Amino acid sequence: MKKAIRAEEAAALIPDGARVLIGGFMAVGSPLRLIDALVERGVRGLTVIANDAGLPHKGIGRLVHAGAVSRAIMSHIGLNPEIQQKMIDGEIAVELVPQGTLVERIRAAGMGLGGVLTATGLGTPVEEGKQVIEVEGKRYLVETPLHADFALIGARQADYVGNLEYSLTAQNFNPIMALAGKTVIAEPDVIVPVGVIPPDEVRTPGVLVDHLLARAA
Amino acid sequence: MTNTPASPKDWDAKSIIAARVAKELRPGMLVNLGIGLPSLVANFLPASSDVFFQAENGVIGLGAHPPEGMEDPYLTDAGGGFVSAVPGAASIDSAMSFGLIRGGHLDLTVLGGLQVDERGYLANWMVPGHKVPGMGGAMDLVAGAKAVIVAMQHAAKGDSKIVPRCTLPLTAERRVTLIVTELAVIKPTDEGLVLLERGPGVSVEEVLGATAASLIVPDEVPEMVLG
Repeated sequence: MKKAIRAEEAAALIPDGARVLIGGFMAVGSPLRLIDALVERGVRGLTVIANDAGLPHKGIGRLVHAGAVSRAIMSHIGLNPEIQQKMIDGEIAVELVPQGTLVERIRAAGMGLGGVLTATGLGTPVEEGKQVIEVEGKRYLVETPLHADFALIGARQADYVGNLEYSLTAQNFNPIMALAGKTVIAEPDVIVPVGVIPPDEVRTPGVLVDHLLARAA
Repeated sequence: MTNTPASPKDWDAKSIIAARVAKELRPGMLVNLGIGLPSLVANFLPASSDVFFQAENGVIGLGAHPPEGMEDPYLTDAGGGFVSAVPGAASIDSAMSFGLIRGGHLDLTVLGGLQVDERGYLANWMVPGHKVPGMGGAMDLVAGAKAVIVAMQHAAKGDSKIVPRCTLPLTAERRVTLIVTELAVIKPTDEGLVLLERGPGVSVEEVLGATAASLIVPDEVPEMVLG
């Protein structure tokens, strides 16, 4: 049985300078109330690992706008001109990672692997500074794991023990990130009694979830 | 179908390109369409095409825009737009989505391009000195899909986008399968770029004149069959 905490309590757990994984894809499936609470508490110096920077006033874009982010590891920032400008101005250091490589680096961290080998990025700027090795006659880039202090997860439903169920394209990076944060905070739309989510529908087992956000007031 | 004039000669460039690419899709294929021009390809398929479209944010069996007021905020395409799902659809996480792409399970991806060169290499994700959008899924798609079709206009601001050697950063070190523009269908091969087809009402000379790269011209270069 988990104890549900309020968004501001969750935000208080995350110190300035933390390295955070944030689920979602163009803000779909992102933990939006948690993001708002972080903005509200005035967090600074975050390293955000996420698929994208959301939109200027939506999802992770709100953290960018609030000046909370100093480093971003993402695959796409094109729908958020504000982070593109902050990248040019040197306000945010952005590491761009191919989307499939990004999710595998996060997965490697969560699954206890020392990295992954992928052909994605060979012959492109992504290759620069990376080790290339040959396996069975094919060349691969060595991509290292992406660990984080926190994983902030959006889910459709949680039950009282923290089992999570996702909906359609709102799952995206969430179930992978739930393995890779030292502390996992999940923001479900609703919390239901144990048994409502059948075991076969659980995508993230509750044992991975440290904190559940209470329902919206 | 979109509202296109009866004769392909009168179609705009994007409709010609999308209609021609649609001819490459076969029943049973798993296909990823990039945002922008490539997404128009779906408009030129018959209703019962039996093609599954994948979006990299995690859906196999992408459907049309839902009826007004019935959009699900948790069912979107890779551009964040509302979509529906077709019977047989599946939702997947990002690791599975890119496993499909990188693992050779995706039959075809159709992507836009900034440049393609005589090696068949594509550059489509950044222009140095401009705001960088990021590669998103493009590098995985080009490196991993079984077939890659570049769907793009032949020139940008008067400059041929088919060049001897890409000057922009590459998307992948992989020869694409086919290049489709409003003027030509071109196949990259070991020998170089082969001109397979001409656009509606376009001559071989016009294609050559509009192309910065060298093209290999077979004896017969038929006009594209569209519609």
